[in-house]
Amino acid sequence: MTSRYIYLDYNATTPLRAEVRDLMVKALDIYSNASSMHELGRTAHAEIESARANVAALIGAKNPSNLYFTSGGSESNNTVFNTMFLIGRAGGRRKIITTSIEHPCVLNAAAHLRDEGFQVVFLNVDGRGRVDMDQYRRELGPDVLLVSVMAANNEIGTIEDIREIARLAKEAGAFVHTDATQAVGKIPVSVDDWAVDYCTLSCHKIYGPKGIGALYVRSKAPIEPLIRGGHQEEGVRAGTYNNLGIIGFGEAARLASLELSEYAAHTGALRNLLRDLIVERIPSVRINGDPDNLLPNTLNVSFPGAEGESILLSMDLEGIEVSTGSACASGSLDPSHVLMAIGLGPELAHGSIRFSLGKFTTEDEIRYVGEKLPPIIARLRKMSTVPFEEVAGTAR
Amino acid sequence: MDAFQWLYSDIVKDHFTNPRNVFDPDKDGGFKADAEGMVGNIKCGDQMMFMLKIEGDIIEDVRWKTYGCASAIASTSMLSETIKGMNIRDAYHIKPADIANKLGGLPENKIHCSVLGDKALRAAIDVYLEREGRAGEFKGEDAQIICKCLNISDKDIEEAVKQGARDWHSLQEATKIGTVCGSCKPKAEELLHEFVHIYS
Repeated sequence: MTSRYIYLDYNATTPLRAEVRDLMVKALDIYSNASSMHELGRTAHAEIESARANVAALIGAKNPSNLYFTSGGSESNNTVFNTMFLIGRAGGRRKIITTSIEHPCVLNAAAHLRDEGFQVVFLNVDGRGRVDMDQYRRELGPDVLLVSVMAANNEIGTIEDIREIARLAKEAGAFVHTDATQAVGKIPVSVDDWAVDYCTLSCHKIYGPKGIGALYVRSKAPIEPLIRGGHQEEGVRAGTYNNLGIIGFGEAARLASLELSEYAAHTGALRNLLRDLIVERIPSVRINGDPDNLLPNTLNVSFPGAEGESILLSMDLEGIEVSTGSACASGSLDPSHVLMAIGLGPELAHGSIRFSLGKFTTEDEIRYVGEKLPPIIARLRKMSTVPFEEVAGTAR
Repeated sequence: MDAFQWLYSDIVKDHFTNPRNVFDPDKDGGFKADAEGMVGNIKCGDQMMFMLKIEGDIIEDVRWKTYGCASAIASTSMLSETIKGMNIRDAYHIKPADIANKLGGLPENKIHCSVLGDKALRAAIDVYLEREGRAGEFKGEDAQIICKCLNISDKDIEEAVKQGARDWHSLQEATKIGTVCGSCKPKAEELLHEFVHIYS
């Protein structure tokens, strides 16, 4: 092993890639305020606009000026929901449709609108994590203000049919938002092809720095600032430009566009190898997610009879870094809302592990996991009060 | 989340990776327990079972099984070592905090995970006592008064939950706790939450 750690938690965050890091080290000296009119200011401004163009290209936005830099995915999502709050508060449409498997920042932003008197629907998903389209069609109507559906799920990797969801929303006259945080850099994303009004993306999932993200806003779609102040970002997002983060984001986006197909082939092959090793060597496992619509890098597995936090820590002791849907690791008594939404039941959800691979994952690392994981599961199952053969068949 | 601030001691790691007295189906098929106790619920993410061999009120041998996290495994392993050769009365009164101390401490939010082993042990001893015609012999000996107005202890809350109380309202119906000054409510609700987790 070249590294002490085998990092398989790329959906949580990614390491900074060397090219981005090198550029950021140089960018540390670009101190000027991009809003300043003098030459130094214009230099910073040019760097930022070049970064904006690269980020726009990554999500298929023809006009870079439709992109606004934010502090990350949570701010982008909250900016959209806050805008809907201000529009709906004035009267007219006041219904929001989202899903039960969104990231907590969308779930909580939607719940906040519900507390403020909006009608909010959290759509069901099927056993693979795909939106219940029949329920969606039933809920659509002239009262719907916003439809917000994630492009791909962070825990199970299921990709949603955003184009069709957006088409139906537009028919009903609603605005459409997609949180594409996990999709960007992993699968082709095209805001024009999808025809969404808003799209959220984050830099630290694509080997760039943390603390920087973006929100795409279609021309003429309404947008209100969450942070008020100066006239930066056309008044949509105040605050002195984060030169360092934006320049890093631009380079990470440029490279992600270039390497998209290579990335998918690399992580997809290794993910399939890991899946095959697990299925071959460990009895009674359940692979979660939609095999026909799946992020190439994500593998979510339930190990009945073994508790997730114990699996995670046992792997951690072997230098393998993953995440779990177990309640014990979250500080609450409830297991992952996503795994519950796909019908797993607590018996399977508590014993689930997410492996998320990345561009630096190697075949040696995957084979090492294939060696280390089976005895870990066998050991925990052996001491378990729960007979794994019985639990294995409990999912809907 | 705080849960990820793993500051586990070397002792915890040792007991997690090499748990003592854990039931091994390959070797312990012939283990004949005099009493077994099981608590917790897999729906809440953890479950614990204790098996005791008891001879003249002395715990001769012990095995346990769990579906639980690292803290539950390590603390139960330590508990099982501690009670071997111990009188059942002393074992009954071991406090989870004593076990946590022996482990070199546990992260704050993992303490509740370590309580399960202690409860399973008591459940097993209760089964033994009942079989011996001595049901409830140790009850109340180490009870802590929670509601000072009505002299209601943590044991009374535990018993009420065992009998089916699941929320503040049903706990009050069963015990009348907190119906005078009400100042015990935060502590009582904390215990209620913990016992509901263990017994539901």
